Parts: sequence; structure tokens; C-alpha cells
Amino acid sequence: MKKPIIHIEQLFKKYKDADDFSINNLNLVIEEKEIFGLLGPNGAGKTTLLSILCGLIKPTSGKFSINELSYQKNATEIKKLMGVVPQEYALYPTLTARENLLYFGSMYGLTGKELKSKVEQSLDHLGLLKFADKKVETFSGGMKRRVNLIAGILHNPLILFLDEPTVGVDVQSKNVIIDYLKELNSKGTTIIYTSHHLVEAQDFCTQIAIIDRGKIFAQGTPKQLIAETEKASNLEDVFISLTGKELRDVI
Amino acid sequence: MLYKFFMSVYKETLLLKRDFGGLVILFVMPLILIITITLIQDGTYKSMSDVKIPILLVDNDNDTISKTVRQNLNESGSFEVLTQLNGKDITEEVAQEAVFKGKYQLAIIIPEKLSSDLQLKVNQNVDRIVSSFGLTDSISSEVENQKIEPKEIKLYFDPATQLSFKNGVKNAIDRMISQIETSSIYTTFQEQLGEGDEPVFEQESFISFKEIVPTIDNKEILPNSVQHNVPAWTLFAIFFIVVPLSINIVKEKSQGTLVRLITNPVPYAVVIAGKTATYLVICMIQFYLMVTVGIYLFPHIGLPALDVSGKLFLMSIVAIFAGLAAVGFGILLGTLAKTQEQSAPFGATSVVILAAMGGVWIPVFAMPKVMQFIAHISPMNWGLNAFYDVLLRNGGVLEILPEISLLLLFFIITVTIAIVYDKKKRAV
Repeated sequence: MKKPIIHIEQLFKKYKDADDFSINNLNLVIEEKEIFGLLGPNGAGKTTLLSILCGLIKPTSGKFSINELSYQKNATEIKKLMGVVPQEYALYPTLTARENLLYFGSMYGLTGKELKSKVEQSLDHLGLLKFADKKVETFSGGMKRRVNLIAGILHNPLILFLDEPTVGVDVQSKNVIIDYLKELNSKGTTIIYTSHHLVEAQDFCTQIAIIDRGKIFAQGTPKQLIAETEKASNLEDVFISLTGKELRDVI
Repeated sequence: MLYKFFMSVYKETLLLKRDFGGLVILFVMPLILIITITLIQDGTYKSMSDVKIPILLVDNDNDTISKTVRQNLNESGSFEVLTQLNGKDITEEVAQEAVFKGKYQLAIIIPEKLSSDLQLKVNQNVDRIVSSFGLTDSISSEVENQKIEPKEIKLYFDPATQLSFKNGVKNAIDRMISQIETSSIYTTFQEQLGEGDEPVFEQESFISFKEIVPTIDNKEILPNSVQHNVPAWTLFAIFFIVVPLSINIVKEKSQGTLVRLITNPVPYAVVIAGKTATYLVICMIQFYLMVTVGIYLFPHIGLPALDVSGKLFLMSIVAIFAGLAAVGFGILLGTLAKTQEQSAPFGATSVVILAAMGGVWIPVFAMPKVMQFIAHISPMNWGLNAFYDVLLRNGGVLEILPEISLLLLFFIITVTIAIVYDKKKRAV
């Protein structure tokens, strides 16, 4: 029996001046060591939910806990347990890959030899060691994505939040990233992941939640979701069935 | 926590090192600024013997007064008096046109018969006084009854001429004319009353000015352009750190690195402390560069050397607190601004406004009442006063304590607002 690592209860979020709730009475339990895919159309509330869980924004009401620690009371402790890989390249372009990673690693409390060896190993693992001393601004999109990922996992987080980690990268980089994430998961890291790549999600995730209009519409393993949805042969069918075909343009 | 702080400082240093344009703004531009401004303003503190302003003189009098005016103007060393243009005598119309078109700063038109009419007027007055004492009975009725109209010396100024220059010239000419009138009165009395060549009146001024200036070891401290300009423009440069610092913070927001930092287990105060320490070091390097230029370079380009003997320690303290205030302002601006397009122009403009308000260009005492009040809430004014306390008023720690306390308070308030605003923004 897996232990719940994230527990969300009656969570609401309404942005200032917004008409509707971005997160609307959301209840969710995520178990440890899962690769949890949070899927939904644009404006569904994925990034808002991830931002709340990462401590970037505050919920309007409701509560959540991570590893049985209430965020309201244990923000710093929780931050030590989690890694965050934002959708944008959250790196300093004029610093080298190594300089970026040494800095962000140190912010997670790593120091000295441990920090240096973690940076070295991770760069090597993701095929970036020979570019370690090049400025990030000279990197391709795929290389930046990989450095972006390393910056969030240097401290071996218990939970890793990934916001579309493979967007805009080539197949080779994507495979390296996905393989590395699977390896991390096998070592015990719970991964919370958002993506619009449904094929990738179907293959990668062990659990999936379909979110729309701030609510969870369905949750289960990819196989379960496909099986439970009428005429569905893949995750995309499930997604369309639950969220509809109309365009979701958001401002 | 200390390691995180040092890594933050290291990161900020690397970011600055890799930004060549930013480094130029931080170090080279202030040096160019201080050298240029001091060279220009040097003339207002020493006699303008090296720079003579050409002025036009239309002499319709051709007598003693116009000769005296011309002689005094030439002897002042500030003016080159021109009475002819293109080989022709200047008329009032020509002078007016040339000045109003900005070719010359000033034209002086001396009216006809100024000397003779003045002498006539003085004679009338002196005769009346002398006869009222019964000392003479030979008043010429022709002279007494002659009506003499008051005379005007006309001054034409280039409309673009600064008010301070106009006032200075007007006062100097007024003083010159008064002296001539007084001398004329004395001479006439002498002629009426004197029996020989022995002078009856001493025409030398009875009242004169003596400026008492502060002294150290019986040596007078005479302010010069360098003592005024180096602290003023150093402060200006220190506050210009607002621009790169606010851009640095806005970039962190737009690059997403701030998101990463917020989700890291590091207090935002440590991130701010890293920036504060780095940029404060930059401020101090700027300060010492400016002082070095003032001491060693200025004497080689014809400027007085900056005298910091026994004052460098206190000046450094003032620079540290001024730097803190500038860093606090930069952090606040960077936190409030959403884009570089907002932070850069606003930062630069606000520093210029703070400098103007603070008395960097125009002394606070010369400002209108409202602006004088506003000047006292400008951190640049606190810094400038503290520098002047040390450099020009021979002040010590106690004298600068109020100003540096205000600068520290400004830093604390601006950084606190920035942190609170950042937290509030994330709660929307």
C-alpha cells in the first residue's frame, strides 16, 4: 500500500478581478513514487494547481499537505523536499551551465564537494558535460531543457514538479529527459507532471488526472482511464471525451 | 545560510562581469561625467581669466564714464569688449540683432552725453548743498536751472542666457556706475571746497568684506569646484546603480529564475542580501575611483586636486550609507516594475529628479520654498549634506549621524516595501 504524499482538500483559487475560479473545490490525493500526470486543456488550472503546490501563489481557500506537512506551517521544510522544473528556461543565460547549477544547487543547501560532484554527475548523465563551461545562452532548446531539469533535481527531491518539461525539444532530448525522469522515479522520487503531449503522458505516467475548469474530472492509471471511457483507444480519446472538442483560448 | 549568501554574491558578480555594457555604465560613464562636469563648473569657482566672454559695447558717450566702464570690463578679465564688428563701429540696432540672434551674450549701450550730463547733475546738487551752507554765492543760474533727464545704460542679453549670469552682470555694472557716481560727487565737492591739490575726501571704501572660512590647523579651507563636484557627482553615480540593479531583478522575473528561487528553500532576504552586498561593493568601487580621479587626475587637467586628507574614512562611511539607499531604491524599483522598459527609463529619470531635488545642480537654499521642503526628503540631499559636512564643514561622525541614519532608514523602508509587495503579489 502506497502512502499519500500530497493531500489536497477543498482547494479554491480565484485570481483578483477574475470572474471564475481557476481551482474550484479541488480534492486530490497523490501517492508516493507515482509519476502523476496532470492533464487538461489550456486554462484548465494545471499551472495554477502546480504553482500553489510549489508555493508560488497562495490559494483563496482550502488546504493541502505534502509528505504530511501542512504547507501553511512548514513552507521551508516542504521546499527542501521538492524540486521544481518550470516551463520556461529558468536559468541565467550569461552564466555557464556549471555556474547555473552550482548556484541553484547551493540554494538547495548543497555545498562543497557534494555539490560539485552532483553537478558533474548530472551533466554527464544528461550528455552535457562537455558543454558545462559554455554559456547557457549559446545552448539549443533541448540543451537548455536538460540544464533546466538538472537545476531542479540536484538535491534528490522527494517530489518533483515538472511543468511541460519536454515542450519544444527534439526527440533525442525528449527521450533523454524522459529516461532520466523514469530513473529518478525508480529511486523514489514522486513526479508531478503537466503536459499537452498525451502520447508521451500515456507512456510515461503511472497515474493521470484530467483537470478542467479547476476540477478533477477523472483519475486513474492510463489503462484504467482508457478502459472506462466509451470508444476510447488511447488517452487522447479519453481527453476529448471528458473535456470536449471546443477551442479553449484563454487570455 | 552563509554559503547561500556567498553563492548569491558570487552569482551577482558573475552576472555583472559578463555584462560589458552594464560595467561601462557603472564605472566609465560616472568617470566621464565627473571629469566633464567639474571641468565645466570649474569656471564658476575661480576667476574666469582663462575664458573671456565676448560682449558688445556701443559707446555713444565717448567720455570719462564710457572709458571707465570699458576699462573696468577689460580689467575684470572675464570679458572681451568689442566696439567694432567687421571693421565698423557697432550701432545699437546691430548690437541688438547680434545679441537677440544668440551670436553674443550681452551688449551694453552707453547713451550720449552720459559723462557730461552726470557731471552737470552732480554740479547742480553739490552747488545747492554748498550754497545752503552759505559757502558760496556764485551759483550759475544757467547751470542751476538746466533740466537734466535721467540716463539709461541699456543692456541686451541673449534670451538663452542663464538668469544667474544676467544677474551677475547687472549687479557688476550697477556697482561700477555707483562707484563712478560717488567718485564724481566727491571730486565735485573737492573742487568746490578744496583750496589746493590736497585731497579733502578719502575716496577709498570705508566698508569692505572679509569672508571668514573654516580652518584646520590655522589653514583656511577654501572650497573649490572639485570639493563640491566630486561628492555631488559621486552620489549621482552611486544612485545610477538603480538602473542596472532594477533591470537585474526584472530580468530574474522574466527569465523565470525568480520562480526557481522562490521555490528553493532560501529566504528571499538572502537573495536580496546577495544583491545588496554585490551592488554595495560596486558603489564603493565607484566612490574610490571618483576620489582617485579627484586626487590624482584632476591636477593633470588643470583642476584643483581633491583634498581628502584625514577625511577619507568618514567619506567612505557616507558612501556606504548612500550606496545602501541607492541599492534599496533599485530593489524596490525592480520589484515594482514588470518590464525593463518600465524600470530603465523610470530608474534613470527618477535618479535625475532626485539629484535635482537633492541640490546636486542648484543649491537647496536657492530653490523655492516648496522645493526646499521636498529637497529635505531626497536621499541624495542627505548624502550630499553628509559629504559637505565632512569635506567642507570639517564635520565628524556626530555631524553626519542624522544624514546616514536617514539613508539607512530609507534602505530599510524600500527593501521592506519590496519584500511585502512581492509577497502580496503572489497572494493575488
